Amino acid sequence: MSDLRELYQQVILDHYKRPRNFQKMECANRHAEGYNPLCGDQITVYLQMDGDVIKEISFQGAGCAISQSAASLMTTALKGKTKAEAEELFKKFHDMVTGEGHGADPMELGKLAVFCGVSEFPVRVKCASLPWHTLHAALEGKDDPISTE
Amino acid sequence: MKRAVCRTSEEPCQECLVGFGAEKIREDFPILWTKVHGKPLVYLDNAATAQKPQAVLDTLMRYYTEENSNVHRGVHFLSQVATQAYESGRTRVRQFLNASHDREIIFTRGTTEGINLVAQSYGRKHLRAGDEVIVSAMEHHSNIVPWQMICEEKRASLKVIPMNDAGELVMDEYERLLSDRTKFVSVAQVSNALGTVNPISDIIGLAHRRGIPVLVDGAQAIPHMPVDVRALDCDFYVFSGHKLFGPTGIGVLYGKAELLESMPPYQGGGDMISAVSFEKTVYNTLPHKFEAGTPNIAGTIGLAAAIEYVEKIGMQQIAAYESELLEYGTELLTAIPGLRLIGTAKEKAGVLSFLLDGIHAHDIGTILDLEGVAIRAGHHCAMPVMKRFGVPATARASLAFYNTRADLDALAKAIHKAIEVFA
Repeated sequence: MSDLRELYQQVILDHYKRPRNFQKMECANRHAEGYNPLCGDQITVYLQMDGDVIKEISFQGAGCAISQSAASLMTTALKGKTKAEAEELFKKFHDMVTGEGHGADPMELGKLAVFCGVSEFPVRVKCASLPWHTLHAALEGKDDPISTE
Repeated sequence: MKRAVCRTSEEPCQECLVGFGAEKIREDFPILWTKVHGKPLVYLDNAATAQKPQAVLDTLMRYYTEENSNVHRGVHFLSQVATQAYESGRTRVRQFLNASHDREIIFTRGTTEGINLVAQSYGRKHLRAGDEVIVSAMEHHSNIVPWQMICEEKRASLKVIPMNDAGELVMDEYERLLSDRTKFVSVAQVSNALGTVNPISDIIGLAHRRGIPVLVDGAQAIPHMPVDVRALDCDFYVFSGHKLFGPTGIGVLYGKAELLESMPPYQGGGDMISAVSFEKTVYNTLPHKFEAGTPNIAGTIGLAAAIEYVEKIGMQQIAAYESELLEYGTELLTAIPGLRLIGTAKEKAGVLSFLLDGIHAHDIGTILDLEGVAIRAGHHCAMPVMKRFGVPATARASLAFYNTRADLDALAKAIHKAIEVFA
């Protein structure tokens, strides 16, 4: 990567500085905590599920620009999606940030494609995927905090 | 600035007469010529591990090419050569630390193993339920966890010397912690996360007035200043070779002979015995009693070469040069708006730990890396230190004698770049 602006794209910086859906959700019926002990990144994802559909989603947390903006963008992408659609998006996102999804169409990821630069930074992959692992735990109804280690 | 002794000739050369000659010293470290992301490497992660001079690399190559054999065993020629080289390494370390006897020098894998050895051997023998072990608030995890483990086993407890907002130990509190229950004190000479140089002589003196032995974790001190274990009168001193420009996987435990004699072995195996039968084993004498199995022979010889290298430059000269460099870096960094130094003790060595407003340490680390500047971002294996300052992580630039003002200028420039990206 020649330019660090490919990693720290404006969209990422914008979501880091002004995170969307950043609040505790009082009416949540699912939530999970995620923690990256290496960086100290910490995230709580709140869900209000209506059957299999994510009716509302929000998060709270603290950490690096990559983890916090990934959480923010994730919440904007998932409202109204079904559990299966969310898991499918997680898989595509994961493939993109780990550089494994050769055939992945960036269009399918929409705004989430801004994280494509992360694959060049192996130590930062955990930052970008932490919110998604936490979401997965919330969808599964797991109570134990998720750790990336 | 005192002039350094020239390493390339007997006579001091002109460059050495002008200042310290760090530019010339850099030529001895091939890795410093590396480019990272197309930019010249600016290596400021020396507290994690230091780079190795050509003299150490050549020594390792020569050992494996010409001398490789096992020690203390063979009657054949190469085994004698290797044994001689290995034991000369011990003598070199003994002289470097100004210890009294070669048998007081135990080779370990590193600082961590040295502390574990003392905790498991001395601690297991002497700690009883209700006893206390004192460490400080600025310890690396390696000087916390081994003591927690033995304290838990013995139902003893760990007491912690607090520190102030500058990152200095509160000595009055330390005095208050010392009691009849205190059976051991284990403290870092220099903090890896903050750079604080602790008043280690006072810490030892106060403990000794009550007859309490003291271990000094010298991992972050040994590359930066002269260390004299007899002048300090410490009971144990531990350090790692890789932070002293030597290979990884080799470290040193110095212990006063009478203490080491009284301690049971740490590990069992070959080399640490005099005689073995299925009924009874007679342990070997010091230092071999604590060196079970084939030791890190190459590592020891490499460490000896590293010590020879730094001694030629002079530890006093290194300390004086780095002190000036640290002062320059401190001024440079504190002038950056939004930058906050963590660790502002009066006595510091080699470390600039910092935060930037609105930018997480890991983002700083990544952006600096893209500029070729290698620093560490994280908790520095000192999570209680981060908690004390209420931060999840810091960015840490750490110095060695091959760093220059130009390296610190590059650091400051890269920090400005990070601020610009996040503006």
